[in-house]
Amino acid sequence: MGFVKKYWKRLLLAFICMLASLAFSLAIPRLLGEGVDTVLGSGERSRLIWLAVAVLVAGALRGISAFGYTYLTELVSQTTAYDIRNALYDKLQRLSFAFHDQAQTGELMSRATADVEATRMFLGRGLGGVLQISILSIGISYLLVSLNWTLALLTIPFLVVVGWRVVIISRRLRPIWLKIQQLMARLGTILEENLTGVRTVKAFAHEQQESKKFSAQATLLYDEHISATRQRALNIPIMMFAITIPIAVILWYGGHQVIAGNLTIGGVTQFILYLGMMAMPVRNLGFLTNIFSRAVSAGQRIFEILDTESMVQEKPGAIELNGVKGEVHFKNVSFSYDSVAPILKSVSFNVQPGELVALVGGLGSGKSTIAHLIPRFYDVSSGSITIDGIDVRDVTLDSLRRNVGIVQQNTFLFSATIRDNIAYGTVNADMEHIVAVAKAAQLHDFIESLADGYETWVGERGVTLSGGQKQRLAIARTLLINPGILIMDDSTSSVDVETEHLMRQAMDKLIKGRTTFIITHRLSIIKNADLILVLKDGQVVERGRHSELIAANGFYQQIYESQLSITEGPSEDF
Amino acid sequence: MSMQHSGGPHRGGQIPSTFDSDKILGKVYDARIVRRLLKYLAPVKSQLALGASGILMRSLSTIAVPYLVAIATDRFIQTGDLGGLNTIAIIFVGVALLGWGGRYLEQLYLGYVGQRILFGMRTEMFEHLQRLSLSFFDHNKVGRIMSRVQNDVQQIQELLAGGMLHIVTSVLTLVAIASVMMIMNARLALLTLTVVPALAIVAFIWQRYARRAFIRVRRAIATVNAQLQEGISGVRVIQSLTREEVNSEQFDSVNREHLIANVNAARLQAVMQPTVGILTAIATGLVIVYGGSQVLAGEIGVGVLLAFILYIQRFFDPILELAMQYVELQRAMASGARIFELLDVEPEIIDPPQAIEIPPAKEIKFKGVSFSYTPGVEVLHNIVFTVNPGETVAIVGRTGAGKSSLANLITRFYEVDEGEVTVDGYDVNLVTQQSLRRQIGVVTQDPFLFSGSIEENIRYGRLEASLQEVVEAAKTAGAHEFITRLEHGYETQVGERGENLSAGQRQFVCLARAILANPPILVLDEATSSVDTNAERLMQKSLRRLMKGRTCLIIAHRLSTVTHADRIIVLEQGRIVETGSHRELLAKKGLYYNMFRALIAPGPELQGA
Repeated sequence: MGFVKKYWKRLLLAFICMLASLAFSLAIPRLLGEGVDTVLGSGERSRLIWLAVAVLVAGALRGISAFGYTYLTELVSQTTAYDIRNALYDKLQRLSFAFHDQAQTGELMSRATADVEATRMFLGRGLGGVLQISILSIGISYLLVSLNWTLALLTIPFLVVVGWRVVIISRRLRPIWLKIQQLMARLGTILEENLTGVRTVKAFAHEQQESKKFSAQATLLYDEHISATRQRALNIPIMMFAITIPIAVILWYGGHQVIAGNLTIGGVTQFILYLGMMAMPVRNLGFLTNIFSRAVSAGQRIFEILDTESMVQEKPGAIELNGVKGEVHFKNVSFSYDSVAPILKSVSFNVQPGELVALVGGLGSGKSTIAHLIPRFYDVSSGSITIDGIDVRDVTLDSLRRNVGIVQQNTFLFSATIRDNIAYGTVNADMEHIVAVAKAAQLHDFIESLADGYETWVGERGVTLSGGQKQRLAIARTLLINPGILIMDDSTSSVDVETEHLMRQAMDKLIKGRTTFIITHRLSIIKNADLILVLKDGQVVERGRHSELIAANGFYQQIYESQLSITEGPSEDF
Repeated sequence: MSMQHSGGPHRGGQIPSTFDSDKILGKVYDARIVRRLLKYLAPVKSQLALGASGILMRSLSTIAVPYLVAIATDRFIQTGDLGGLNTIAIIFVGVALLGWGGRYLEQLYLGYVGQRILFGMRTEMFEHLQRLSLSFFDHNKVGRIMSRVQNDVQQIQELLAGGMLHIVTSVLTLVAIASVMMIMNARLALLTLTVVPALAIVAFIWQRYARRAFIRVRRAIATVNAQLQEGISGVRVIQSLTREEVNSEQFDSVNREHLIANVNAARLQAVMQPTVGILTAIATGLVIVYGGSQVLAGEIGVGVLLAFILYIQRFFDPILELAMQYVELQRAMASGARIFELLDVEPEIIDPPQAIEIPPAKEIKFKGVSFSYTPGVEVLHNIVFTVNPGETVAIVGRTGAGKSSLANLITRFYEVDEGEVTVDGYDVNLVTQQSLRRQIGVVTQDPFLFSGSIEENIRYGRLEASLQEVVEAAKTAGAHEFITRLEHGYETQVGERGENLSAGQRQFVCLARAILANPPILVLDEATSSVDTNAERLMQKSLRRLMKGRTCLIIAHRLSTVTHADRIIVLEQGRIVETGSHRELLAKKGLYYNMFRALIAPGPELQGA
């Protein structure tokens, strides 16, 4: 709850406002009671006017202090929510790939929105509400006892009943609310997957099954809501009944006392008014228990993220990596995602500045992992990776990633203009550079053919780009950060051969002087590589230039043959 | 953030632009929306009636209390009538019981009604979404649709279940209290009610500010959510381009706007408290002075004075509640508008009334087909070709030549503008979509998996398949080997989009899924583009097994995958430019030849391409 602590002054002020508003609230029935007795007793009109003014002043002060209380708690709770949202956003931006591999977008969204909101409600209305009703109950009980203790003894047990029911209902509702939250999250996932996977659903003509799945889940949710409703219906009326009945007791027993001369009608009035003051807060109790039970799990879910340590941490005295020449050295690098199945086993290689390295290997051989380890999206399990002789763990993440550009397999475009998407990593890039990289990525002509050119809006609500166009845009935006080391993770798979060929010609210029790692299936590129690393089951099994590897007649030879057998005409087994 | 439509007018199915406009955000009452909402209450009429009677009972008991206090004081306590006092006490218990029963009915049945509506609307929206065509999903963000099914429905439920009735009861209670006060003492009542016009004026001024503040809040929430969503989905790009700081600053500014908007709105809501409080105090003061004088003059009993004081308390509670409900009402109207906009989107592709079930089919024919996604921008022009039963035909061409559009037309994900696509002679427009799509298996370049186990994902192809059949399909697909190597084998949970499997592995699972469905026609839309050479070789083998005995259409830009096809169709800018076998096309030395050369030859030789 460190988030709230820094606003303790405002909270204190809010608390004072609450006390003031309660005090004025409690004063009003007393004034009114006195008014009744005045009317019946001395009968002075001037005293009536004085009392009326006192009621007015107390009412006004109560209103103002209540305003202060409500406004301040809202201010604190909203500001806290703002802080939490910022903290979550920052954290999510900085958590390593290992975290995001496991997390689901919809789930994270629900934490950053619904859970933050639940926490805010708790801070804004939950805590204050409970405090208010507790102080109010104690204050009223005290006043009743001081007014007439026998009458108070007959009344207060009913308030105890209310308190007891509150405990019962919150204990019963908490598990139900937890269940509801889980079911809501599940329903959200079903919906999200149905929408993102709409092509698959339609291709298999599974619309009806999907509806059934959704409806079944919605029914579960409905059932839980109904049990929550039933709990509330059972308990809230009892609580309200428990604060109405004392009025009858007061009228009856108090009436007897008045007749016996032990109590004034003004006193009875005060009793009735005080009990009336309890009605509103008691009605809100059901709502409060809801807020409380949600806040506990919401808080847990938020702090789960905030407390997650990124697997990739910057060293305290990390240095800036500048002007990278591009020498990359893997020294006995092993890696596994979950410390069970190793993905890389003691991989070592040395790349000289400006070399073109092709990573070749089968499914799950560890090519992409190597690509992800250089910019330190994951940390090695053992061994080390150095750039120009400096361990990647010794430099700041920012400087490392500014020098290591990676074009990833899955292309993500932001809802923004094409220009902004290209300049995503280099916010103040000038147009000249943007056009230059777009040209290099063979995207310029296409962009120019659009009505709005570089200002064309892309992303989900903008124009739809083809897979190849998206990949070229991703290449352009990586080139724009002008990295000394460039990694392309199968990033031309959706670009057709001819376009890629044109692209490569333009890029030859841009690649020049950079160390480039490329994961591809295109033989024409592989043949040009200065170094081919052939990977199998997380190990480098062969290395060298194309001609050397062919001569070696090993695994690479096999792959090459198979590629040729596909490209060069029908084979016999077909 | 304002909406940008740079893509020009899209092929139908897009939710109207009012979807996000502020116009619908500010309305408090829209008869059209309310009328449609009321329809959802029809099936739960009796529960609603029970709930309403509960409210009535509760309100009656609320109003009766001060009246009983007045009678008890004036008639019995002051006169010392103990018997009468006993009677009143018993009546009072009866009134309290009435309140209990009323509240019970209210809580139970209105809760029930609310959940029923919520359930009904949700499933209705979901089912409606299932009917909509792909073009709709091309143009509407997943997050946006989700917020309609989740948040907006929730908002409406709150209005229908409680809000609307609360407003009605609040108004009724006000009228009832005013009437009882008039009956008890007209002059005192009129004096008390003089504060009401003042309150009305304040409320009128207030609501104009409240509306604006509310619109601002809604807009701020939408922006914050959009930023969050992108920050999460795009995190890999953000980190590789080290954009974290810029984004954090941007997020901070939208988050701050969200904060300011909310605090403003909160202040406006809170300001009603002192206002109502002061007006209550004024009314009470008036009653004390004037009513007190009347009691002194012996014109009314002290009980009446007491009752008035209690009524004033009960009078202003519903007014405060109305002010709070006001904002809810606005919100619900906006939500209602958005929900109905979604429900009103007509599915662009529907089964004609006399649509028939297509029997297992094998032959595909394109007869002079033209097609465009955006009216006026044709992507396919007069396409004519036939794929004979059991034949494998490949479609090749550059990016954007129209290859995938062809595939989308066979499954009728989109409809042709001109010409006809037939399957075994049946026009695809005249058969049911369900039966058509059961004939055609599609494997796309983007392998989509649902969260669940690998087994469940494969079984998606045929829900009633046994585990053995699932394993068989995985074996045929060439996926069995890597699945069994995973720690949990077929039970391995794959996350949202199967993030813990590589793209190639996901594709193998999708392939197994298609194999299990066992369709007579197979469309491979760049199925191997996301896998590497080695995996592709494996996949080619399983594909060959799969293709045997089926009619196949292979779409590829990677030529290595198509050389074995019976026939290759070369597309260029939406037109068929070459047709023939691999050898024939090579001999022709046309476009195909050039593309093929580019694939195997190293760069410089291809200057003329």
